Amino acid sequence: MQEADKGNVILVIGTNTTWNHPVFGGMIKKAVKEKGIKLIVADPRDIGLAKLADIHLTQNPGSDTALLMGMQHIIIKNNWHNKEFIAERTEGWDEYVKSLEFYTPEKVSELCGISVEDLNATAKLYSTAGRGAIYYAMGITQHSHGVDNVMACACLQMILGNYGVPGTGVNPLRGQNNVQGACDMGGLPNVFTAYQPVINEDARKKFADAWGVKYEFLDDKVGQTVTTMVEHAGDSIKCLYIVGENPMMSDPNQNHARHQFEKLDFIVVQDIFLTETAQIADVVLPAAAFAEKYGTFTNTERRVQYSFQALNPPVGAKYDHEIVAEIAKRMGCKDFPSTVEDLYEEMRKLTPSYAGISYERIMNKEGLRWPCPTEDHPGTPILHGAKFSRGLGLLKAITYRPPVEYANNEYPLTLTTGRLLQHYHTGSMTRRSKVLHGIVPSGYVEINTVDAAKLKIKNGETVKVSSLRGNINITAKVTEKIKKGVVFIPFHFAETAANILTNDAYDPVAKIPEYKVCAVKIEKI
Amino acid sequence: MDNKINLTIDGQVYTANPGQTVLQVARENGIYIPSLCYHPRTGKAGKCRACLVEVEGIRGLKESCALEIKENMVVNTRTERVMEVRKMIVELHLANGEHNCIACEKNGHCELQDMAYHCGIERPHFPVEHITAELDTSSEGIIRDSNKCIQCGRCIRACNHNVMHEVLDFGWRSGDMKVICDDDKPMGESSCVQCGECVQVCPVGALTFKNAKGVAQFKELKKTKVICTYCGVGCSIDMYTKDNKYVYSMATEDNWEQLPNKGMLCVKGRFGFDFLNREDRLNTPLIRKNGELVEASWDEALDLVASKFSEIKEKHGAGSLGFFTSARVSNEENYAVMRFARGVIGTNNIDHCARL
Repeated sequence: MQEADKGNVILVIGTNTTWNHPVFGGMIKKAVKEKGIKLIVADPRDIGLAKLADIHLTQNPGSDTALLMGMQHIIIKNNWHNKEFIAERTEGWDEYVKSLEFYTPEKVSELCGISVEDLNATAKLYSTAGRGAIYYAMGITQHSHGVDNVMACACLQMILGNYGVPGTGVNPLRGQNNVQGACDMGGLPNVFTAYQPVINEDARKKFADAWGVKYEFLDDKVGQTVTTMVEHAGDSIKCLYIVGENPMMSDPNQNHARHQFEKLDFIVVQDIFLTETAQIADVVLPAAAFAEKYGTFTNTERRVQYSFQALNPPVGAKYDHEIVAEIAKRMGCKDFPSTVEDLYEEMRKLTPSYAGISYERIMNKEGLRWPCPTEDHPGTPILHGAKFSRGLGLLKAITYRPPVEYANNEYPLTLTTGRLLQHYHTGSMTRRSKVLHGIVPSGYVEINTVDAAKLKIKNGETVKVSSLRGNINITAKVTEKIKKGVVFIPFHFAETAANILTNDAYDPVAKIPEYKVCAVKIEKI
Repeated sequence: MDNKINLTIDGQVYTANPGQTVLQVARENGIYIPSLCYHPRTGKAGKCRACLVEVEGIRGLKESCALEIKENMVVNTRTERVMEVRKMIVELHLANGEHNCIACEKNGHCELQDMAYHCGIERPHFPVEHITAELDTSSEGIIRDSNKCIQCGRCIRACNHNVMHEVLDFGWRSGDMKVICDDDKPMGESSCVQCGECVQVCPVGALTFKNAKGVAQFKELKKTKVICTYCGVGCSIDMYTKDNKYVYSMATEDNWEQLPNKGMLCVKGRFGFDFLNREDRLNTPLIRKNGELVEASWDEALDLVASKFSEIKEKHGAGSLGFFTSARVSNEENYAVMRFARGVIGTNNIDHCARL
C-alpha cells in the first residue's frame, strides 16, 4: 500500500477502495491528485475513485477476464509489451500469444459492454504510462472463474514487466483485518503455517515432532474448504466448530446453507454476539473481542502488527485460545500451549517467514513485513523481487468462461453484491454501533434510473427482488451511479439479505463462490 | 553525524538535524511554543502567529513553525515582546468567540486553553461578543461549534490534503468567514464521510465527537494502541477508554508518519467500536436443550464439546469434523485452532472466511 504513489499508473479493478479500504482509498486519491499518477477504474458502478479516473470502464459483471485479456491482445498487437522481461522471467509465451487471438477488441467489447475505443485507450494508457500497479479485491476473486481473473491480472503484469519494484505488482486487498494472518497460520485445508504443504512428509514430521504427536496421527490428505464442508454437511461432515464467523449470513444461497447446517449432528459457535449462526448452534461459547486481548494481526501487505489489550472481556467470556486449550485438555492433550506468548513462540519456531518477528521488535512500532527469517532481518516490503517463487513466471492461456448464471428473459437483471463504507461483513459489529447504524440503518438495492423507469419503480419504494434461489423485499435506491442492467445489494443486513439471492456456484480451484454475479428480477409490490 | 546543527534556544545549546524548524527543535526538547494553525499533520500555515519567537540579529518576530534552523542561531521564546504578542492573540480569540471551558469536551486538552494558561490570562481583557451561533449536530458522529472555531484552517487542510475527502473549506467573507461543508450544508447533509480527521487536528472544541460528549473528561481516559478489527489495511489506533468502556478512537497521535495508516482512520475505525460496550455481548455459554439454547456453566459446555468431538471422531473418523477459524481473531488464536484441528483431532478440514 505504501508503494501506491511510486509508480506511474494504477489499475483499480474489482475493488471499491474508498468504501472497503477507505484509508488506502485516500492514499490512491492522493497519489492521483498530488503526484499526477494516472488512474484507470474498471467497475460497473460509479465508485468513489471513478470520479478521479483518467478512464472509467463499466464492464459487465463477470467479464473481467475478457477485459484483461483484451487489453493484452491490443498491447501485443501494438508492440507495447516488455520483451526483455518476457524472455528472461517468463515461460509459455508462444502459446500464450496464440491464446490471445480469441480476445479481439470487437469480441471483448461485446462481452464487456464497453466500446472498442475505451478498450484501446485503456490498453494504451496502462502499457505506455510507465510502471503500473493492479489493485483488486473480491470483485476479481468472487466468481466461478475467479482464478482465471487473477491469472489474467498476473499475466498482464508479466507481459509488461510490472514486478519487483515499487509501484508495480498484482496487489490483492484483503477484506478482513487478519485474513492474511489466518492464511499464514495455516487456517487453510492444504497447508501448515507459512504455506508448508500438509501433503509434504517432511512438513508433517516437523509439526508432529513439535506437537508431540505421532507422525501417522497427522492427516496426510488435503482437507475440505469452508464451501465444500457446507456442501458435504450431513454426509462426510458431521460436526462444525465455528470460531468468529457467521456463515449463515455470509454464505451464498442462504436458504440452501441453512438447510445444510440443519443436517449436522453438532455445531459449536464461539463468538461475541448471538449471531445468525450462533442461533442454530448446539453449543455457544462466549469469546473476548479484539480490543479485549493482545496479540498479533497481519494486514493485507503482510505487515505483522502487535495489538495491546485496551479493555477486559465481559465477565463470563473467555479468550479464544483459552477455550481451545481447555477443550484440548479435556480431550487428553495435556501440553496444549495455554498462553498467547507460548503459542506465538511455538509458531515462530515452526514458521520461517515469521521467525525473525519477536514481540519486542513490533510492540509500539509499525510492525514488520514477512518474510523475516531472522531477528536481524529488516522484513520484506516487496515479494517477487528478482525471481518468482516458482522460478519463471508462467504465461498461461486462459479460455473465456462466462458467469454460471447471467441475465435472461425471466431474470433480466444482473445482481452484484458488496460492502458499504459504514458497515462490515455480516453487520454483527457495525450494526450494533450507534454512529454507523445511524448513518445507514438498513439495506437497499441500487438500480439504474433507466431500469427503474421501465419498471415504474420510484426511489425509496419497497420492491421484491428474486433469483432462482429466493426473494427479498428491499428499498429501491434509484441512481445513475450503476450500469444499466446491473443492480447492487450490500450483504450486511439480515432482514434484506443479499445472500438469499446469490449463487453458490464456485470456482473449481479456489472454491470461492460467485457472489458478484447472478440473475435477478425486480417487481413492484 | 557531521552535518548536525547547533543552536541556542532560551540560553541552552541544542544539536539538531538540518531542515528542521525552530518549532520542531523546541518541541523535541520540551520547550513550549504554542501553535494554533501549525500541526505536524497539516504543516505550516502562517495564519495564527502564536508561534512567534525572537531571533538575535533578525528584526521583528519570526514564525517558528516556518523558520528553518541555522548554525549558531540564537532564539528566545519567552521575551517580553513575544509574550505580549501571545497574550494579544489569546485575548482576541477570547473576545471573538465563546470559549467557555467548563463543560467543553476539549477541557484539559485544548491548545487555546494551554496558551491562555501559559500567558496567565484568567479574565479576558476585551469585552466578549455574544453572538451565539447554533451548533451543527446534524452529523451522526461529529458536533461542530462555530462559536469555538478560531479559523486556524487545520481541519480544511487535513480534509483536503490528508484524507482527500474535499468537504471542508472557508466560506463567506471577512467577518462572516467560517468553515463550511460543501456549499455550506449542515455536516450531516453534506458529502462528509465522517472519518473524523478534522476532529483529530482541531486545536479547540470547535469539532468534537458526539459519542464522547459528557462521557469522560480527557484526564479520565486511558489510551491503548490497538490494531483495527475491520478491513485488511490494519490501521493502528489509539483507543481511548474509561471504566472498561470504549469511548473514542484517534490514529497514532505520537507518530503521524507511522505505517500503515499514517494517522488516518475511516468512519468504522473512528466510531465503530461501541459494539464492545453492548449489553447483548455473550457472557455465558449456551447449550441447546429440548430445542432451546439455555445458559450453562463453562465446565458443562466444555465437557460437552470435548465429549461430542471425541464421540463423533470415534464414530465417523477425524475427517467428519470441520473447523472454521477466523480472520477476526489474532495470529496466536488462529494458530491455536489450527494446532487443535490437526494435532488434537487429526484432520485438515480447517478453513476460514477468506473465500466469503
